[in-house]
Amino acid sequence: MARTPRELAGARPDPAFEITLDGRPVTALPGQSVAAALWAAGILSWRTTREGGRPRGAFCGIGQCYECLAVINGVPNRRACLVPAGAGDAVTTQEGHGHAGLGV
Amino acid sequence: MRSASDVIVVGAGVVGAACAYYAARAGLSVTVLDRGPVAGGTTGSGEGNLLVSDKEPGPELELALFSCKLWQELAELLPRGVEYEPKGGLVVARDEPGMAALRTFAAGQEKAGVTVREVAADRLPDLEPHLAPGLAGGFHYPQDAQVMPALAAAHLLRASGAEVRLGPGEEVAGLLTGPGGAVRGVRTASGALYAPHVVNAAGAWGGEFARLAGVLLPVLPRRGFVLVTEPLPRVVRHKVYGADYIADVASGSAALQTSLVIEGTRAGPVLIGASRERVGFDRTLSVEAVRRLATGATELFPVLAGVRTMRTYAGFRPYLPDHLPAIGADARVPGLLHACGHEGAGIGLAPATGRIIADVLTGTQPPLDIGPFDPARFEPGGSR
Repeated sequence: MARTPRELAGARPDPAFEITLDGRPVTALPGQSVAAALWAAGILSWRTTREGGRPRGAFCGIGQCYECLAVINGVPNRRACLVPAGAGDAVTTQEGHGHAGLGV
Repeated sequence: MRSASDVIVVGAGVVGAACAYYAARAGLSVTVLDRGPVAGGTTGSGEGNLLVSDKEPGPELELALFSCKLWQELAELLPRGVEYEPKGGLVVARDEPGMAALRTFAAGQEKAGVTVREVAADRLPDLEPHLAPGLAGGFHYPQDAQVMPALAAAHLLRASGAEVRLGPGEEVAGLLTGPGGAVRGVRTASGALYAPHVVNAAGAWGGEFARLAGVLLPVLPRRGFVLVTEPLPRVVRHKVYGADYIADVASGSAALQTSLVIEGTRAGPVLIGASRERVGFDRTLSVEAVRRLATGATELFPVLAGVRTMRTYAGFRPYLPDHLPAIGADARVPGLLHACGHEGAGIGLAPATGRIIADVLTGTQPPLDIGPFDPARFEPGGSR
């Protein structure tokens, strides 16, 4: 029988809610970080690098490596592993530094 | 005897690296020592400014103009990794009196060989589209440039071919002298190293090194904080600073001073400086300094209000009381040379300093008058 983190922790979270990644609905549980919710949905990448556009997602999961940066509710460079998911949060794949609009 | 070379350079910052580079190019064998890593001191804390714009006519400006030419040459010779960018500087004034002061300053510089152009308020957006509206105008200095200082130091060292010894075991504990007091080398934790010439390129710690050699060179640390933003596209094109920066650089006050200096980097982050205070080698975060930098930066570039800073750090400018570096042979100790005390201008002045040191070592006439940089000038009773 599959042992999920939730079973291992004996967690009984409140009802699930929805966030979106690039407009596509993703289910999240109260207390989950954005990265955890994306991982639980089988999504591993939500950013491309500044040099070469390579895919990136969560690596350390504890806020140190800055690999999991995402645009969350319009704000770029949020660490998805540290931001708690909230109902209706709009997560957008971040391209590079996420500030392309500011260039002059 | 571990080894012998023609010259030992103490300090693997950009000035030490430039001394090694030009000395090696003059045919000397060079050993570089540092108790820390390459660019581990002030070089690694700097913004990499190669400036003529902030210097009043005089010996430092002459040195800066010469050095800027040498940086242009080095940019062709060194790998692109040094991130040399001839981006130019832009000094802005908030009001008409500020502009008038800049105009007078610029007129003097122009006579001394600086290229400078007045920019009317309505033309500022052409140079810097994100600048706050309402400024009185500015002055554009196309000769100002930038490098990535740590990489510049590392590439200069590599290009020098010098023997580089790094780490705690290489900390200099004393100067070895022979009969008559002439330099024979240095003593480190790992043993003795012999050379007839030793160059003090210990930056902010150059005063301590001078003490080891038994001479007075009153280098004091002048602390500065830098704020580093998250990586951005190019939002700031030039090195942009406020008119009060020039006055702060020239001041001798120990109290906290902040004046705005803002520039982008090739890697993306925007660097925000500059604070100045003399508090010894204290790295404690000064919230007041950082608050003033952040406030000033968002006033000058409102776009930065919506940008995060990733970190802040402090560095120590090697300050000498007359704001001039110590470059050249020390008449008090035959064989001892100094190349330190460049305050906030060490990256810019490094190549000229290295060239002068190499000239002195080889008995060549330096290309400019080095009298004002005499390391013995602080000796009570005057230089011998």
